[in-house]
Amino acid sequence: MSFWSDPIRVANEWLNGLLTDLLPQAWATLIGNVIGVVVVSSFGLILVIFLIWLERKVAARFQDRIGPNRAGPYGLLQTIADIVKLLTKEDSIPEKADKVTFNLAPIVSMIAVLLIWAVIPFAPGWIGTDLNVGVLYIAAVGSFGILSILMAGWASNNKYALLGAFRAVAQLISYEVPMLLTLLVPVLLARSMGMMHIVHDQSLWFIVLAPVAGVIFLVSSIAEVGRTPFDLIEAESEIVAGYHTEYTGMKFGLFFAAEFLHAFTVGVLFAILYLGGWRGPGAEQYPILGMVYLIAKSSIGYFIVMWVRSTLPRIRIDQMLDLNWKVLTPISLALLILTAILDKMFAETALRAPVLLGANVLVVVLSWAIIRVLSRRSRRERKVFKKRPEARAV
Amino acid sequence: MTGMQGVFLFAAGLILWAAFMMVTRQNLVHAAFYLILALFGVAILFVLLDAGFLAVIQVSVYIGAISIMMIFAVMLTRGDVIEEDPVNKNYGWALLLAALFAFGLIILVGQWPAIASLPGAFDTSRDLAAELGVALFSPEGFVIPSEVASVLLLAALVGSLVVARRQKGK
Repeated sequence: MSFWSDPIRVANEWLNGLLTDLLPQAWATLIGNVIGVVVVSSFGLILVIFLIWLERKVAARFQDRIGPNRAGPYGLLQTIADIVKLLTKEDSIPEKADKVTFNLAPIVSMIAVLLIWAVIPFAPGWIGTDLNVGVLYIAAVGSFGILSILMAGWASNNKYALLGAFRAVAQLISYEVPMLLTLLVPVLLARSMGMMHIVHDQSLWFIVLAPVAGVIFLVSSIAEVGRTPFDLIEAESEIVAGYHTEYTGMKFGLFFAAEFLHAFTVGVLFAILYLGGWRGPGAEQYPILGMVYLIAKSSIGYFIVMWVRSTLPRIRIDQMLDLNWKVLTPISLALLILTAILDKMFAETALRAPVLLGANVLVVVLSWAIIRVLSRRSRRERKVFKKRPEARAV
Repeated sequence: MTGMQGVFLFAAGLILWAAFMMVTRQNLVHAAFYLILALFGVAILFVLLDAGFLAVIQVSVYIGAISIMMIFAVMLTRGDVIEEDPVNKNYGWALLLAALFAFGLIILVGQWPAIASLPGAFDTSRDLAAELGVALFSPEGFVIPSEVASVLLLAALVGSLVVARRQKGK
């Protein structure tokens, strides 16, 4: 195995050999694990610097602008300049704030996202830890993100920040329901919760077997991240933005960076669960190719997220709740039950893919018809108000 | 001392410290945060025992659901700072009972023969989550208790909706 086809394994074996020469086995394993953690999380943190530049460039193209183009070639160093600016800003803490919780909240928010990266299979053999309950783990660590928002809102000792935190938690908890239900569909299809197993099982990408679940997963994940059009939880452009109203400088920057990394993580999860992860020609022999495939596939989901962000306006809170409880949750429940029954009935037969695809089409057509009928009825029932007297120029 | 023992001692210390801080805080929200820390320590213990499924469930149920519900309850009710001393007048009796209980536990656990032996090697090749699922939903296993529990939870969900719903015309 040469270095260029599988650098991670070669580096791992070299490091392991070096450590076991110097230390007893148990400590060598522990230190090896710690180094692994540092490598994976640093990769995520460095990726953010690039992602912020990428997002600004792409959003600029959508709005017919050029975007950052001063610092470095194509403005690549713009984010680094921004980080320096954020670090030199005044770090203000409200006088009556709960200082420890206040300072802890941005850190927890970043940790919540980085924890997901522990179970991401980058390539064959490249995975932080191949938990056999990987999908459940992703759902579990998501609750740290909610916790960080509550901590930030409460510790700020500002009623608007607290209200913002409640609003944010309400949205995150609601959209967790369809997200978890559609996370279960790939689990059903692969018959395992291990991330590596799910990737191995996708000789046919799951987006073909469960396209509707894939779309619902992406939509509810965008809401989980709190991006446009679901950014009513943290209106970044307004002064009283939400739970992070009181944060300045790099502490606000951490919330911001966590959101960016989470958005890309959504793309990565979408690629792993529905687009076949690192699978592609030659990925088994040359794991580094698998990494390239995964990044390429993740960019599809991430691009959709950016596209939606720069196209759609912010929705109202009643629209946000209606979409979740009246559309996404019932459809994903129906999909989960249908997938479970049909996949068991047609397992191992050639009919599996066409039947599952047909069921998805059926669900879309039926739910569209139901929505049409219901919206027509509600329009008929809507009261007709008496016309008000108009003001006229005399 | 192996690395894993070091992690165990760290987790055990974390749990004890967080639990002590939790019961002595005057501020209820702080107490809730310390409770989350203590429960997180328990999750670390599950990981050390190779019980990944239980660890993840611990995080998702206790840290995710219950703690956030508790914080909601604390925040939505009036006043989070208790003015008076939280120590009860009868703390002497409580202390005596707790000491007796702890003493009894130490004697009982000390007599248990497995206490001095190290845990045996764990067969990590088995998919324990899958085995748990099969046991819960197979007719030879626990399908009736688990279904009864789900019906009970559904009834509670519907009941809370009925109670919370505003009646028409009122």
